[in-house]
Amino acid sequence: MINAQDTMLYLDGVSVAFDGFKALNNLSIIVRPAEMLAIIGPNGAGKTTMMDIITGKTRPDAGEVYFDGRTDLTRLDEAAIANLGIGRKFQKPTVFESQTVWDNLEMALKKPRGIVRTLFYVAGDEDIARIEEILETVRLTDRKEDLAADLSHGQKQWLEIGMLLAQDPKLLLVDEPVAGMTDAETGETARLLTEIARTRSVVVVEHDMSFVRDLATRVVCLAEGSVLAEGSLEQVSANPIVIERYLGR
Amino acid sequence: MITQALLRALDKKALWLVAILVALAIAVPAANLMIPPGQPGHVPIYVVTLFGKYLTYAMLALALDLVWGYCGILSLGHGAFFALGGYAMGMYLMRQIGDRGVYANPVLPDFMVFLNWKELPWYWMGFDQFWFAALMIVLVPGLLAFVFGFFAFRSRVTGVYLSIITQAMTFALLLAFFRNDMGFGGNNGLTDFKDILGQPVQAATTRGALFAATAVALALSVFVCSMIVNSKLGKVMIAVRDAESRTRFLGYRVEYVKLFAFTVSAVMAGVAGALYVPQVGIINPGEFEPANSIEIVIWTAVGGRGTIVGPIIGAVVVNMGKSYFTGALPEFWLYALGALFVFVTLFLPKGIVGLLGQWRAVSRRHEPARPAAGEAQASDAEERGEDPTTLIGDPQPKPAE
Repeated sequence: MINAQDTMLYLDGVSVAFDGFKALNNLSIIVRPAEMLAIIGPNGAGKTTMMDIITGKTRPDAGEVYFDGRTDLTRLDEAAIANLGIGRKFQKPTVFESQTVWDNLEMALKKPRGIVRTLFYVAGDEDIARIEEILETVRLTDRKEDLAADLSHGQKQWLEIGMLLAQDPKLLLVDEPVAGMTDAETGETARLLTEIARTRSVVVVEHDMSFVRDLATRVVCLAEGSVLAEGSLEQVSANPIVIERYLGR
Repeated sequence: MITQALLRALDKKALWLVAILVALAIAVPAANLMIPPGQPGHVPIYVVTLFGKYLTYAMLALALDLVWGYCGILSLGHGAFFALGGYAMGMYLMRQIGDRGVYANPVLPDFMVFLNWKELPWYWMGFDQFWFAALMIVLVPGLLAFVFGFFAFRSRVTGVYLSIITQAMTFALLLAFFRNDMGFGGNNGLTDFKDILGQPVQAATTRGALFAATAVALALSVFVCSMIVNSKLGKVMIAVRDAESRTRFLGYRVEYVKLFAFTVSAVMAGVAGALYVPQVGIINPGEFEPANSIEIVIWTAVGGRGTIVGPIIGAVVVNMGKSYFTGALPEFWLYALGALFVFVTLFLPKGIVGLLGQWRAVSRRHEPARPAAGEAQASDAEERGEDPTTLIGDPQPKPAE
C-alpha cells in the first residue's frame, strides 16, 4: 500500500459492521488529487456506507481514513469535514425544496459558516457573479427565482451538483448523479463531471454502465464491502469474478 | 454591512405590522384616557388590559414560531420561559410592596413572613432594582434555553423526543415552583402587587402604559424575527427544518443554528411573560402547566406557522374565543380548543394566513386577464395531479431523509 501522502483520499483497511452485518470489510481505496474514480458494484456492496464514513456520518470500527494526506476524518463531524473541502451529492437529490434555486446556491457558497457572520451576511458582487456563473454551468439561469421543489428530477440533480460547485470542495463525492436523467442529460453530466475533475478529485458511484464508459476513468468494483477489481472499465468488466458477482453472464 | 441587514428586516409586510402595532400602542391607551366614558370611541380599561394580555400571548406565539415554524423545533415547553420571565417581574413587583403587605415587613414578602423566614434568600437580592429585574427577565430564560439547548442539540435530540424533554422541563419547573421552600410563594405564587416603577399598578395610566409597552415590545420582536428570517441565517434555519442532515453536509453547525434560534426565542418569551404579570396581577406555578405550552402551539398552528403575522393573529383570535367561551360556555372550551386543533391540522395546514393566501390566489385565478405564465404553471400542476393551490406559497416542509 502506498503512503497516505500525496493522496486526496486514503482509506486503508476500513471495516464497519451494523448489527453483525459487515457493510465494509477491510476496504482500501486511494484517490489522487485531480483524479476521477468511478465506483461500481451491486446493491449492498457498501458504496453508500463508504461515503457515510468519509463524510463523518458513520464511524468505522477499524481502519484509517485520511483526507489530503494528513487529516484524520474519523475524528471529525459532518460540518467540520464539509468545511475541510469535501462535498457530497446524495443518491436521492436533496435540495432545499421550499427555497429558491438562488437561495440554495447562496447557502452552499463557500463563505464563513458562523452564526453571526451568517446572520449579517450580505451578498457581495463577487458572490453574485459566482452564483450566476454556477447557474450558467448547471443551466438553471432562467429558473433561479423558482422554488427548488418545482424543478424536474434531472434539474434537481444538477442543482445539487451546482451546490457542490458552490462549496468549492477539493473532493466531490457524487452518488448516482444520473439516476432519472434522459440520455442527453446523462451525456451532459458526464461532460460536466469530467470538466470538474480537471481541478478537483471526484468520486462517482453509479450503476449506469454507459455513463461510466463516458467518464473514461479508473474504475473500482466493490462487492460485499471490499474491492473486487480495479482498473479501466474494460479491465474491470472483463474480470471473471466481476462478471460472476455483478455484471452477470 | 449591519445597516444593510437592518434594512432587510423591514420588508413590506414587517413594516406594515410594526406600523400597526405602534399605532395601536398610541391609539388604544389614548382612546381610554382621552375619550370620556359613555362617548363613542371610548375603550374601557378592562378591554385595554385584556388586549394587553393578548399581545403578550402574541409575542409568546411569535417566539415559538421562530423555533417551530422556521427551524422545525417543536418546543412543548415554551410556557416555562414565559413563566420564568413572569416570575422575575413578579419578584420585582413583590419587593415594591415594601411595608404595605399584611405583615408590614419592609423587606420580606408576606409569604416569607408567614413561613417564618428571617431574611431574604440570596436569589431575591437585587430584585428591588428594576434594572436588575429587567436583566434577569432576559438572562434567566435565555440562560436556561442556552444550557438546555446546548445539551439537547449537541446530542442530536430531535423530533418528538425533543418535544417530550421540553415538556418534561416545564413539568419539572412546575413541581419545583409548587414547593414552598423554593422561596417563590409556592402554590399561591406572587400577587397583590402595588407599584411598578413608582406608579400604582391598578391606575388607568399605568395600564395604558403597560399596553403601549407590550405593543412596542411585540413590534420590536416582529422586527428582530423579520431580521433573522430574512437573513441568510434565516434561510439556513429553514434548511435545517426541511433537511437537517443535508445542511450539515453543507458545513453548517446545525446544533448552533438551533441553539441561536432557541435562545433568542426563549428571551422573547421571557419578556412577554414579564409584561404579562403586571397586567394580570399574578404569577403562580400554574403558568408552568404543560397544557399551557401546548396551547401556544395551537395558537401558532391556527394563525399559520412559518409566517411572522400568523402567530400574532392566531394568539389573539384563539384567546378572544377563549375569553368568550370560558364566560358563556365554560365546560365546552376544552372541546372547542381540541376541535379547533384537529380542524386546523386537517383542513388548514398553513393556518389562517395560509387560507388568506389561498383565497387570494383563487380570486386571482378568476380574474379574466390572468398572466399566461401562472396559467401554464397551474395547468402543468393539474396534469401532474397536484392541487394547483399548493403551488401558492411555500410547499410543506418535509422530514429530513
